[in-house]
Amino acid sequence: MTLDYAGAVAKYEPTLGLEVHVELNTKSKMFCSCATEFGAEPNTQTCPVCLGLPGALPVVNAKAIESTILIGLALNCSIAPYSRFARKNYFYPDMPKNFQTSQYDEPICINGYLDVEIETDEGPRVFRVDIERVHMEEDTGKSLHVGGSTGRIHGAEYSLLDYNRAGIPLVEIVTRIVPGTGKYAPQVARAYVTELRDILRSLGVSDVKMEQGSLRCDANVSLAPIGSGELGTRSETKNVNSLRSVERAVSGEIERQANRLENGERIIQETRHFLEESGQTRPGRSKEQAEDYRYFPEPDLVPVTPDAKWIEELRTRIPEKPSVRRKRLQVEWNCPDKEMESLVNAELLDVVEATIKLGAEPTRARTWWLGEISRLANEKEVTPTSLITAEQVAQVIALIVSGDLTDKLARQVVEGVVAGEGSPADVIEKRGLKVVSDDSALMSAIEAAIAASPDTAERVRSGNIPAAGALIGAVMKATGGAADAAKVRELLLKHLGQG
Amino acid sequence: MTDIFSTASEMASAVAKKEISSVELTKAHLDRIKETDGKVHSFLFVDESGALEQAKAVDAKIAKGESLSPLAGVPLALKDILAQEGIPTTAGSKILEGWRPPYDATVVTKLKEAGVVILGKTNMDEFAMGSSTENSAYGTTQNPWDLTRTPGGSSGGSAAAVAAFQAPIAIGTDTGGSIRQPAALTGIVGVKPTYGGVSRYGVIAYSSSLDQVGPFARTVLDTALLHEAIAGHDERDSTSINAPVPQVVAAAKRGDVKGMKIGVIKELSGAGFQAGVLARFNESLDLLVSQGAEIVEVSCPNFEYALAAYYLIAPSEASSNLARFDSMRYGLRVGDDGKRGAEEVMSITRDAGFGKEVKRRIILGTYALSSGYYDAYYGSAQKVRTLVKQDFEAAFSKADVLVSPVTPTTAFKIGEKSNDPVAMYLSDIATIPVNMAGIGGMSLPVGLADEDGLPVGLQILAPVMQDDRFYRVGGTLEAALLSKWGKPILANAPKLGAK
Repeated sequence: MTLDYAGAVAKYEPTLGLEVHVELNTKSKMFCSCATEFGAEPNTQTCPVCLGLPGALPVVNAKAIESTILIGLALNCSIAPYSRFARKNYFYPDMPKNFQTSQYDEPICINGYLDVEIETDEGPRVFRVDIERVHMEEDTGKSLHVGGSTGRIHGAEYSLLDYNRAGIPLVEIVTRIVPGTGKYAPQVARAYVTELRDILRSLGVSDVKMEQGSLRCDANVSLAPIGSGELGTRSETKNVNSLRSVERAVSGEIERQANRLENGERIIQETRHFLEESGQTRPGRSKEQAEDYRYFPEPDLVPVTPDAKWIEELRTRIPEKPSVRRKRLQVEWNCPDKEMESLVNAELLDVVEATIKLGAEPTRARTWWLGEISRLANEKEVTPTSLITAEQVAQVIALIVSGDLTDKLARQVVEGVVAGEGSPADVIEKRGLKVVSDDSALMSAIEAAIAASPDTAERVRSGNIPAAGALIGAVMKATGGAADAAKVRELLLKHLGQG
Repeated sequence: MTDIFSTASEMASAVAKKEISSVELTKAHLDRIKETDGKVHSFLFVDESGALEQAKAVDAKIAKGESLSPLAGVPLALKDILAQEGIPTTAGSKILEGWRPPYDATVVTKLKEAGVVILGKTNMDEFAMGSSTENSAYGTTQNPWDLTRTPGGSSGGSAAAVAAFQAPIAIGTDTGGSIRQPAALTGIVGVKPTYGGVSRYGVIAYSSSLDQVGPFARTVLDTALLHEAIAGHDERDSTSINAPVPQVVAAAKRGDVKGMKIGVIKELSGAGFQAGVLARFNESLDLLVSQGAEIVEVSCPNFEYALAAYYLIAPSEASSNLARFDSMRYGLRVGDDGKRGAEEVMSITRDAGFGKEVKRRIILGTYALSSGYYDAYYGSAQKVRTLVKQDFEAAFSKADVLVSPVTPTTAFKIGEKSNDPVAMYLSDIATIPVNMAGIGGMSLPVGLADEDGLPVGLQILAPVMQDDRFYRVGGTLEAALLSKWGKPILANAPKLGAK
C-alpha cells in the first residue's frame, strides 16, 4: 500500500534543513572588477582573474563583505571579527581554477535565527529557524551541454562554457536542522524562504529572483518514526526555482521517503533534482562516498577582519523586518488583506509608503499605484516605479485634493509625466490642464449648452432634474474635462431656476 | 667604455648621457646570447624584436629629453614564470606550451614603465619546483662557471644569464631559495624581498604563501635598483604589503656597518656544510668585524623541522594551484579524440604535460590535504611555520641581521642529485626557513671555495620590511671584498664568448 501526504506525516516526523544561495547584486564580481549583469553575451564579462589564468590573483570585493554582514545582522547572527576564505578543491570544467574560493570552518556570520509565522489548524504559529552560518563564496561558470536527449553532461556531444557567472558573489545561508514542524514542514520551508527573500530584498543586497537563479534553495529532508527521537538519513533536493516549489519539493520528498520506509527500503543520502512539472524529485549525484574537497585556507587572500565600529554602523542600517513592517503598515493604512497582498506582490510597498509620507492620503496613494500607474506599466512592460516617482504622485494627489485637478485631468497629468513631459506642474502648464473654476467661463459654456438643447433645458426648468445630466455632459465635453462636474451642476441648476 | 661587462647602473648612466644607445646595448646583449646560449641555455625565448622596440622607445625619450628611471634602457632577463603579454610563458612546463598570456604581471608592467628592456624568458625548474633547472621540460641550464654543473634553481636561467653577461639584471622568484641558491652557485647577487614586498600578480603560483619575486644582478647596487623598480603595494595582490618600500638603494650605497649586530645562526654554520663554503663564510664574518660590526651567536632550534614542513605546505598549495592546468581553456590538450569526455582528457593531458617532480609534489600535497590527514600534515606544518617565525623573532631581538652560508655546497654536477629528491631538497636547508617566516634575504658572493674554485654565497637576513638592512651589510661587505680581491668575482669565471 502507498501512503499519501497525510498518511506519511501521521506516521513520520520530518526534519528540515535549508541551504539558500543568494547572488549578491554588487556591480563587480567577488574577486575581480568584472561586471555582473545578467544576460550578457557569453564570456564577455571575464578577465584573467575570473578565468583563472595562470598568475592571476583574487582581491575581495569590499561591497560583498558589507552585504554579507548586513545579511548576517538581519538574521541575528554574530559577525566574526576574523574569518577566512578557503579553497574547495574539485575538478569541473565550469570552475576555471578547479577550486572554488569559499568559506569553510571560519565563516563571517554565525549563530543567528529567523522567526517565521505560518497558519496552522490552531491559528497563526511562529517557528524559529536557527541559522548556523552565513558565508561568502564565488559562483561557478555555466555549462551548456549540447546534443543528447537530457541536456545533461552524460550523452552530450559537446559542452559550451560561459564564464560570465564565474566569480559572481554568492552568499550561502545555512540553517541548523529544523525539528518539530510536523506536518507543517512544507509551509515552514516556504515561509522561511519567503521571509528570507523579503529580508534580502529590503536590504537591497540581491535581486532575489528565484527564476533567474539569484536565489536558490536546497531543501534537506529526513524522516524518523514519530516519537523515536531519531534523525533519519537526509536527501538534498536542488533545482527548486520558486517559493511554491519549495513547498512542493518538501512535501513530495516527505511522501517519497515515507513510502520507501514503509516498504522496508532505506533512504540513500543523495542529491535529488526537483521536477517542476510532476512535483517529484529524481536522484542526482549520490553522496554515499563523500567527496574530499581538501579544504585549506586560501593563501592568496588575507583574513577578513571587519572593524567593530563599522559593524555597529551597518547594524543601524538594518531595516524593520519586512513581515513586521507589513503588519504595521496594513494597520496604519487600514488596508484590506487582498490589497496588501497585491502591493507586496507588485513590490509597491516602499513607493506607496514614500508617497504617503509625502502627504498623500493612504487610500488614494494605494489606488493610484495599483491602478492607473500599474496599468501604464503593464502596457509598457516595465515596473511602475520606473515610470514616475513618489514625489510626482504625491503632487498629483495633492492637486486632486485641493480641487485643482479632476481625476480625469490627473490621469492626463500622470500620462504626461510618464511620457517624459516633465514634472506634474510642467505637464499641467504645457497641456493647459487646470480645472476651469472661473464661473464666467463656465457660464458661457453652460449658456452654449442650453442654447444647443433648448428642449432639454426646458425639461429641467420644469423640474426634471435628471435631465440636467445631458447638459452637464455637454459642458464637460466643451471644456475638455477641465471643469469640476459638481461645480457645473451647481451653476447649471441655479441658472435654470432649480438651485 | 660601456659594454656588456659593465654594471647596470653604468649602463643606465651611459644610455642617459647618450654615450651608448639602448638599442646598441640591447643588440650587444642579444649578440652575446646568440654567442653563448648554445652552451649555457639560459633562455627559453628571446624576444629580439620586442626588446629592440622597447630599447628604441627609451632612446626616443632620451632624444626628447624626458626624465627617465634609474634603469631605463638596461636589458633584463625575465624568469618564464611571469606573465608577459603576447610572449610565450611556460613556467618550464610542457603543459603551458604555446600559451601566450593576454596580460602583463604587475612586475612586468613596472619594468616596462621603468624603461627596462626585456630580452626574453629564462629557463627554470618546472613550476619552480627544483634546485637545479634539471626539472625544466625544456632542458637544463649550464652553470657558466663550469658547464658540467647546474646553476642551481629554480631561477637557474635568470642567474646563469646574469653570470654569463647575457643580461646585467634579471628577475627570479624564490619559494624556498630559488633566487638565493642560484645566485650563490653562479657568483652573483640575488635577493628574496620580504613576502608581500613585491606583487605576485601575474606570477604563476607554485606555493602562494611562500612565493616571492626578486632581483638578480652582479652588484649590490644594481640589485637594489631593480628591487626598487619592482617593489611596492599592488591592489591586485591582496597579500602585498601596503607600506613604503624600504630604502634599499640608499642602504646599498651607505657603505658602513659600524655598530651593527650580525647574528650567526648556530644551526646553519657547522655540520653538513662544505669546508670551502665554511671558510669563505668565516672570512666574511672577519671582514664585517673589521668594518665595525659585532658578531653574536643566535640559535634557531626549530629550523630542523623547517624543511619537512616546507615539503608539506608547498606541495599542498601547489596541488591546488596547479589544478587549473586542465587543458580546457589554454595550454596543452592531449587525447581529445572527439569521443573522450572532459574528465578523461583532463587526466590524459595532466599525465602528459607535467613532469616527474611536479607530479610527485601534486600527489604529496593532495595526500597532505586529504580529510583525515590534514591535521597531522598540513596542520602540523603550519605549527612549525609559527615556531620558525618565533625563532626568527627571538634571533632578531639580539641581532640586526642574521647570516649563514646560502647553500651547504658549491654548484653540484648535472645529474648528481636528480635521482635523489631528498638530497636535492637538502640544498635549500638554509634558505627555506626564510620563506616560512616571510622575511627577506640576500645572497652575496663572498669568494671561491678552495677545493673546487666555485662561488660561495653568504646569506644575509633581516626582519619583515627591513630589507634595507641586508643591502647595507651586503654593500659594505661587497666593497671590502672588492678591495681585497682587486677585481669582481666574475672576472675569475671562464670566458664563454670570443670577447
